[in-house]
Formats: sequence, structure tokens, C-alpha cells
Amino acid sequence: MDFALYLRYGPALASGFAVTLLCWFGGAALGLALGFVVALLQRLSFAPLRWLTRTYIEVVRGTPFLVQLFVLYDGGPSFGLRLDATSSGILALGIYGSAYFAEIFRAGFNAVPPGQVEAAASLGMAPFTILRRIRLPVMLVAIVPALTNMLIILSKETVVLSIITVPELMYQMQTMAAETFAAFETILAMAILYWIMVELVARAGRVVERRVTAFMTGAA
Amino acid sequence: MKLQVTLDAFPYLLEAAGTTLWISLLGIALGQVIGAAVCLCRVSPLRPLARFGAVYVSFFRGVPLLVQLLLVYYFLPYVGIDVPPLVAAIGSLGLASGAYVCEIFRGALTAVPKGQAEAAQSLGFPPAAIWRRILLPQMLRISLPALVNELILLLKASSLISVVGVTELTRSSHTFAASTYHPLEIYLTAAFIYLLMNLCLAAAGAMAERRLAAG
Repeated sequence: MDFALYLRYGPALASGFAVTLLCWFGGAALGLALGFVVALLQRLSFAPLRWLTRTYIEVVRGTPFLVQLFVLYDGGPSFGLRLDATSSGILALGIYGSAYFAEIFRAGFNAVPPGQVEAAASLGMAPFTILRRIRLPVMLVAIVPALTNMLIILSKETVVLSIITVPELMYQMQTMAAETFAAFETILAMAILYWIMVELVARAGRVVERRVTAFMTGAA
Repeated sequence: MKLQVTLDAFPYLLEAAGTTLWISLLGIALGQVIGAAVCLCRVSPLRPLARFGAVYVSFFRGVPLLVQLLLVYYFLPYVGIDVPPLVAAIGSLGLASGAYVCEIFRGALTAVPKGQAEAAQSLGFPPAAIWRRILLPQMLRISLPALVNELILLLKASSLISVVGVTELTRSSHTFAASTYHPLEIYLTAAFIYLLMNLCLAAAGAMAERRLAAG
């Protein structure tokens, strides 16, 4: 392997890494927000809405991410959605993530003992205060491992965006592989890089999990 | 929306869906074999073997599937093996699902009461017989829901092999989308077929689970 080569492609790889992070954070933030809204809608006692959100979750979870990406990016203009590749990618990641995040939040809501909510209500707490001070903190402790897991899955899905020419790391690497004819070495480097990244995020997740649990149980 | 486009493409997409289905089934079959082998490594008392199992699982779960797929795709010619993309694709799906199946089996193994293996051992069962007659049958039953889930994940992941030129459902819809200029209709149809396959698999899984629980 020629290291001078990597140096020449340095700027492109750095910008690719930045785009990867942008897509990951953007997609995750959108997914978390959208997923939380879906989970809240599911809790309303209005049957059609529950049915609608359930269908949304099943459809998003039952179809491949790549196909969803094509529907948004290639099919988007047919229903008036004209986005560039990167925006489409972030939106698709957000939608894909939201279905899984919604399920995680749903499980989180169910993890809150009803007695605690009833106790808070009988003490005269307003519904919003109960959500903020009782439900959310208890939920958070329960769902941190699942959230970390989903964030890792989303980080791995960002490479799929290279297929619709989002200039993220995988795309830059493939361009480099094509130009240098060192396809295997380049992909191997890519694999190791992702491996390290995912391991780091997983470790960080475990640290956060311990901290959150310690903080919440300590404060309670 | 043009319904005619969907109707024209539907038989071809359905045929491509058949390819998707059998590639996924072959992938999970290979994944079972690899998963069982890696699981045996992971629970082995031999440190290097156990270490290998742990690294295998960590690598194949940590690296994005698309990267793994291209890694296998470029690795084979690199070492002078010339195989069609289809073989590389199935091999890659098998390697990846092997890591997940290993963890599923490992979880199932801990769910089989330890006393059973110990009892068999004290009755003089050789280790191979303990695995074949006591542990594996129970592990399979316990892990069935997780394995069906893994098959569904693999079916969705198989869309990525369109990238190396295997004509499965996603590749086929890509071709139709480009030639008909109606990408939305075609991709929605493809999505619908994927959804239908997954719902059927989930239903079949639930049925098999009830059967095994009853038997």
C-alpha cells in the first residue's frame, strides 16, 4: 500500500467523513424527533390514528432501507419532492430510524410502573409535569441500550447513501478505489475504520448507560 | 401515478422477488452453519478459539454490510479466485448472518438448563452426542423466533447485493424505473412485494413456533 496515495486523497476522505457524520447526526436527530411524535400519537385513544401509526411502523420496518431511499430520491419528484442527494439521504435515514425509535419509545413508556404515574397524578401533578418528571426519566434509563444500538445501526446505514451518490466516506473511498485500482486495499481500510468507529460508539454507549442509570437512581 | 406501469412490470418484479427469496434462504442456511461453528468457538474452553469467535462476531456486526459485500467481492479476485457475483453475494450474506446467528445460538445455549448437559455427561454421553441429542434440538426451538427475525433482516439486507449486479428485486426495479421513467410506481411496487414477503415469513415463523411449542 502506498501511503503517499492516501495523503493525496486526504482532503476528499476528510470531507467524506464530515458528510458521513452530518448524515448520521442529521438522520438520528430527525429519527428521534419523528419517532417520539409517532410514539406519542400511538398513545392517544383515537383508533384511526393508532392504526395509521402502526401501519407506518410496519411498512418502514418491513421494507429495505435502499428501496425507501430510491422511493424518496428517484420517486420524490413524482410527488413534488425535489431534494439533492444528501438531503434525501438524511430524510430517508430519519424516516427509517423513526419507526425503530418509535418502538423503543413505546417500550420505554410501558416500562414506567403505572403506580408511579398514579401516585404523581394523585399528588396533583399536571400531565405535562408527569411526562417530564416521572415518565421521561424512568423511560430514559430503560431505553439507553436500545437507543445506542439503533444509533449504531443508523451509522452503518449511512454507507448505503453512497449508492445515490451522497458524497460521504464510502462514496469517496469508492472513487479513490476506482482511480487507484487498489479496490481491495481501500475497502479493507474502510472496513477497519468502520469497525473501530462502531466499537467506539458501542463503548461510549455503555459508559452513558452506566452514567444515566447511576444519575437517575441516585437522584430518585 | 400510472397503474399500467405497475401492472406491466409486476410479473417481472415478482420473478425477481423469487431470486431475492432464494438468495436470502441460501444466505441464512449458510449463516446457520457458520453461526453454529462460530458459536462452538465462542463457548470453547480454548482461549484462542474463543478469542477468534469474539473477534469474528465483533467484525461482522461492526462493519456495514455494503462494505462487507464489496470486501468479499474484491477479495476473491485479489487472491485469484474467479466466481460470479452471485456466489460472492450469497457468501457475504452468509458471513454476516453467521455473526448474528452465533449470538442467537449463544443466547439459546444459556437458556438450556446446565443440569441437562451435566446429567448426560454423568451418564457417559460423549460430547458430540450431548450437542447433537441434548443441546442442539432445544437450542433450535428456543432460537426459532430470533432466527425468523434474522431471516427477515437478511431479506431486507439482500437488496444491497443489487450493487454488485445480481438481478434480484431491487436491481430489477432499478432497471424498470430507469426504462419506464416511472420510478415512484416501480419502487413502491417493489416495497410492497418486500413487505408482503416479510409479513408471510413472520406469519410462517409464528406458526412454526406454535407447532414446536406444542410438539
